[in-house]
Amino acid sequence: MIYIELFITFFKIGLFTFGGGYAMISLIQNEVVVNHQWIDASEFTDIIAISQMTPGPIGINSATYVGYAVTDNVWGSALATFAVCLPSFIIILLIAFLYKQFKENKWTDAALKGIKPVVIGLIASAAILLVTPENFPDWKSWIIFAGAFAATWWGKQNPIKVIIAAGILGYFLY
Amino acid sequence: MNQYLQLFSSFAKIGSFTIGGGYAMIPLIRAQVVDKHKWVTDNEFIDFLAISQSAPGILAINISIFIGEKIKGTKGSIVAALGTALPSFFMILLIATFFQSFRENQIVNSVFAGIRPAVVALIAVPLISLSKSANLNKYTSLIPVISVLLIVFLEISPVWVIMAGAILGLFHYFLTKRHVIHKNRDK
Repeated sequence: MIYIELFITFFKIGLFTFGGGYAMISLIQNEVVVNHQWIDASEFTDIIAISQMTPGPIGINSATYVGYAVTDNVWGSALATFAVCLPSFIIILLIAFLYKQFKENKWTDAALKGIKPVVIGLIASAAILLVTPENFPDWKSWIIFAGAFAATWWGKQNPIKVIIAAGILGYFLY
Repeated sequence: MNQYLQLFSSFAKIGSFTIGGGYAMIPLIRAQVVDKHKWVTDNEFIDFLAISQSAPGILAINISIFIGEKIKGTKGSIVAALGTALPSFFMILLIATFFQSFRENQIVNSVFAGIRPAVVALIAVPLISLSKSANLNKYTSLIPVISVLLIVFLEISPVWVIMAGAILGLFHYFLTKRHVIHKNRDK
């Protein structure tokens, strides 16, 4: 049943997201778009856009939205959001009780050192996998891409401004 | 009862007013939790933050669970996490229920046709600073490249790649440890 699969999927995502919201995007994409094919790439990109523009952690926003998009109802979003937070509860509460041990553990340090470069790969994969014909229908998309990249990297513009500007451009160009 | 309410409203405030995700929330969390309510000291906050960043999951949720637990135990952790999650949860639901019908609209479609490539750019931008901070050498820079190949071309789940990374890290640690032991032995 889809609710069970949704729960397991987001629990897994919550359990393996290291390195923040963008790493989570890569995991959600793999599970939801590639693996289960519940959503297509362009709808997924729209969800990410909205998740970035609304307040709150991007992980919560995307879990809530995807949960709704997959099941078409509120309970799906509640379930997905709950599932993605549950591993955090288990792990953090465990750590809180074992505070000292975890803080100075060389093994976890070493493991995390190994994960860090992987996270870079994950985020790069997420970006690469979103270069689809639906997201980039023509040359105009690439100009927007370049502009958005430049504005954010060199211009240090706020992501929301960039998204709004891109939307306005889209309105005129398309 | 009052403390539960305070926990909830502090984190709800943070959750409702920060856009841009976990890392943007950190200064606000500190302002509420260290300066205003004095629930933790600055040093404790740094520790909590470091552990929350190392643990899997959503950063803001991890921090709220940690701090909630310190103030009011397990119930406190739930209240704090709810504070963080609920405002955005309802906001997104509102948008999602309406947006599905809007997606058919011509204007909305053009606007989002513009937004999509921008989103991809926004995902790509942090890569630059991340790569710099990771201090990659000629060997470790292979790891992101191989990860991309595995995920994009072989369609391997990022979960496996992460576990491989963790194992690689442990492997490296044990190898260098043995090398140090041998070196000391020769002395």
